[in-house]
Formats: sequence, structure tokens, C-alpha cells
Amino acid sequence: MRYTIAEKILLRHTDKKEIKPGDFIEARVDLALGNDITAPLAIAEFKKSGVKKVFNRERIVLVPDHFAPAKDLSSANQCKILSEFASEQHIENYFEVGCMGIEHVLLPEKGLVGSGDLVIGADSHTCTYGALGCYATGVGSTDLARAFIDGKCWFKVPASIKFIYKGKLKKWVGGKDLILHTIGNIGVDGALYKVMEFSGPVIRKLSMDDRFTMSNMAIEAGARAGIIEPDEITFDYIKATRRRKLSTIDHRLSTALKSDSDAIYEKVYEYDISELEPLVACPYLPSNIKPASKLGNIKLDQVVIGSCTNGRLSDLRLAAGLLRNKKIKSGLRLIIIPATQKIYLEAVKEGLAEIFVSSGGVFSTPTCGPCLGGHMGILTEGERCLATTNRNFIGRMGHPKSEVYLSNPAVAAASAITGRITHPDEVI
Amino acid sequence: MIIKGKVHKFGDNINTDDIIPAKYLNSTDAKELGRHCLENINPEFSKKVSAGDIIVAGKNFGCGSSREHAPLAIKGCAISAVIAESFAGIFFRNAINIGLPFLESTDAGKINDGDLLEIGLSSGIIKNLSQNTSYATQAFPEFLQEIVKVGGLMNYVKKRKELKCTR
Repeated sequence: MRYTIAEKILLRHTDKKEIKPGDFIEARVDLALGNDITAPLAIAEFKKSGVKKVFNRERIVLVPDHFAPAKDLSSANQCKILSEFASEQHIENYFEVGCMGIEHVLLPEKGLVGSGDLVIGADSHTCTYGALGCYATGVGSTDLARAFIDGKCWFKVPASIKFIYKGKLKKWVGGKDLILHTIGNIGVDGALYKVMEFSGPVIRKLSMDDRFTMSNMAIEAGARAGIIEPDEITFDYIKATRRRKLSTIDHRLSTALKSDSDAIYEKVYEYDISELEPLVACPYLPSNIKPASKLGNIKLDQVVIGSCTNGRLSDLRLAAGLLRNKKIKSGLRLIIIPATQKIYLEAVKEGLAEIFVSSGGVFSTPTCGPCLGGHMGILTEGERCLATTNRNFIGRMGHPKSEVYLSNPAVAAASAITGRITHPDEVI
Repeated sequence: MIIKGKVHKFGDNINTDDIIPAKYLNSTDAKELGRHCLENINPEFSKKVSAGDIIVAGKNFGCGSSREHAPLAIKGCAISAVIAESFAGIFFRNAINIGLPFLESTDAGKINDGDLLEIGLSSGIIKNLSQNTSYATQAFPEFLQEIVKVGGLMNYVKKRKELKCTR
């Protein structure tokens, strides 16, 4: 039937016989997510509606991760709204500090999302899960409140754009560079209201962590979802996380979860990435891309390694590999934030935490923290940070006259050593 | 419904961090959020707004995070409507869901800061009283009009639930 994977997943969650881009549909969601910033608004709306019980307590996930551990009194109040609601409604998937991690790393790790699922989250980076071959998209608090009531959400079916990556990745180049290259090429509205489908031989060899990084930043090109057809790498990941049986789709692990060969794409982009270098997004848009090697005079006050984009174990290993037996530049602040408790513990066990602290960095409890200018590393006027995060908008990490540059973890670690934006080869 | 107000003009890619910086997201009070609306790129903005004024912007308005605090902050500082060349997906949803009037218009670039506009929401016609001209826009699809008509998504869902019960 000439469907893309995204259209197939959406269709399977409706009662319709067929759909096409532009259609408005109401679909059943497999999972609805909220955090300490977005869920309080949703909970207030839910309570106003007079409905007493959520549609399905197993399909709701609440994660206080943005301003948690609570950074101030108001944040503590917001976190408390989540914990009280979770206990009133018997929502098991509420993750208190201690179990908590950055939501978009935590949910796949806990096995709560899988191929073929339809997931909404009141957080724009919900698109991260598309790496598992599901349709995952960011919505607002009112959408979440509505899903609490009847488990449904309205969608305008987006057209899909296909991105094919060919060639062989150079050393130090990963998922972050692929997605920055793509956003740099098409612009921050280059996939506005579309689905980005990442494919081609490069993607097929890419690790799950790198795939998550790519899907995570689909929103930075305006996309509603960033999806990758599941394969053996996906299935191995899902098997290992022993996910619960939450999906309404029974053939989740079937190979049928692919775009049809005659599926209709609005556009197709093909990239040969063999010459791709580690990239940096300069202020104030993620599309403002330059090779790291061309930015040697950009002095830094802070480096942040973490976030839902690059706070996974492989990211920390990459950074630790460069920081081992080295000291960071005097006067620079290096803040490393593992995305979940599990990653934190692994990093301790593997000796990564020791490498970070010995190099002069700090090793933090999981939190979104500085990525959105919340806490744990706010920039003041005139300060400059290189971060492995996803946005570099004006004032994103603090003062409107501070600057954020975005890169992969290897560039970030190398730059922490030299105190300026640096290609990793320079410190080897 | 007719909206009349003075234009505050902005460029392309106005993101949700511009509209309401994350440091204020520990509040959900629209008035409080409104006091900080767009302050990172226009520090005195909320003080310059008179009730009923209109934001006009370029492409991709509201890109970035899913925070519903963004359209809330715009409502909270008494802006009556937003016109842009295009809107980011989540902002679009949020504006529909909470009933913030907005129009997509390829003519947004022709409108100047300070122009006086009169918008007919049901007709989709923007009259520029300062330039003595008007611009037609495409009306919302029926599905969205229905949500807007009943005052937002929660009312829409409530209405549908009631309908189901009486059947």
C-alpha cells in the first residue's frame, strides 16, 4: 500500500482503513510521558476535567528530570505535584530521584518503548525513541492531559522525507555529526511538520546510542518524528532491556516494520559522509555548522558532556578515552552528567568517573540541568560553553549574552583539555 | 471574532527559549510568565505591549521545546493573536489546544512594526489599517476549527465524552 514506516505505525493506531499525509486523525497512544515542567500543567487540566481515573496507569510515565533534584522551592513544588499524582493514580512508572534519569535515555533503558509503538511526550525531544522504529513525538501539556483521560491524541499525518547516508565514517565522527550535518544542510525548518526517516548503509551500521542521538535532534530541523527502520541492532537492544508487554501491536519484532518499496516521500536527500569531519553548531542555531578543526580560536569557559542527546555510556567512554591521564585547561569548568542512574553506576564501575574527576571535571547526578539553563552550570554574561546538548539558542544556558556551541563528546572532551574548540586528533 | 491591535514585529525562528526562558518554567501562572515574554531578545517587551496587540513574525515561529508555557506567556502578556509565515509543529498544537488565536500568512513579511491590524478569525482576512491593504489566509481545516470553536482541546474532549454517554 505505498506506506512509509511512520504512516504504517500511525495507521495501526487508528480505526481507519487508510491514511495519507495531511489527514487529521485521532490515534490511540501506547505511552504518554510528562516531566516536572510539563506534567504539572497537564495534571491541573486533568483535575479540572473532573475525570477521576487516568485511562491506563501502566501507559503513563512521569519523570522529574529537568529541574530535579529540585533546584529551588518552586521546582520542589512542581516535582511534588508529579509524585502526588503518581501515588493517587497508582502510576508505577514514576521515577523519583535515585531511580530517575533523563527521560529520553531512561525510557528506552527501562524497556518502556519499542518498535512499532506510538508514543507522545510533553517534551520536544520525545522524538528520540524513533531510533527504535517507533513513532514518537513531542506534544504539549494539554495534549498530555487529554491522553490521561482517554489515551488518545490528534495528529495531522505528516509527509516523510528520506535521508540516505552512504560512505564510511571517519574516526571521531558519529551520530551527532551526521545529524548536525543534516540540519546544517536543510536548516532548522527544513523538515517542518515532516517525518525524517534516516536510512542507508551508514545507519545500518550505527550503534543504538548513535541512532538515539540522530533521532533526538530531528526536532531541531522542525520534524515531528525522526525514525529509523528497526533491524537486528534494534531488536538486540530491545531484547536486552526486557521490555514490558505494553504495545498494542503484537508483531512488534516483525520485519514488516519497514517502509514499502514504493512508499511516497516528499523529498529524498542522499549524503556521502566519507569526508565528514567532527562538526560544531555555532550560536545561535543548531543549523549554524562549521568543522571543529576550523574553530581553533574559540576560547571556552565551560564544557558540558551529557543530556538526552549525548549523555549515554558510549558518550562517556569516548570522552574518558581522551581525558585519561590528562588535565583540563586551568580555569575551565568541565561538567559531566550521565543521563541515568544505570549509566552513572557503570561509569563508576568502569573507572570513567575517576578519570573525569582526576582530570579536573565534575561528575554530576543525572539531570537535564544546564542544557536548558535550569541549574548545574548556568552561564553568566559573556561566557562561552561547548556542550554535547541539542540547542544553542540565545540565552539557552543562562545569560542572553552567553554563547553555546554544540558538538559530539569527543570534540567536547578534547576542547576541555585545550580550553578552546579542538579537533580530537590534536590531543591524541 | 474580530481582533484589532498594534503589531510587534519579530524575525524568523523565534524559539520557545526566546518566548519564555526556561528559568521561569518553575511557574505555570500565565500572568507571571507573561511578564518575561520574549525578554531575552526584547528586554522591555511585556511593558511595551498594550492589551490586544498582535505579534507578527517570520518562518518557524515557536520552534524548540514543547513548553506550553510559551503560548501561555504570550496570552499572559495580553497579546491577542500571532501571525507568522509558518509555525513550528508543537507550538501549532499548543496554540490550538489552549485557544491562542494565530494565522499563517505568507504576507507576514509585508507587515511593519507598529502597523494597526484588524483580523477576522473566521474569515481569515487580515486588514492592515496602516497600509490600507488586506491579506487573505487559509482558514483552518474543519477538525481544528471545531477544537477552536469549543474553546480548546479539553472542552472538545469533554463534549465528545458527553455525546458518547447520551448515545
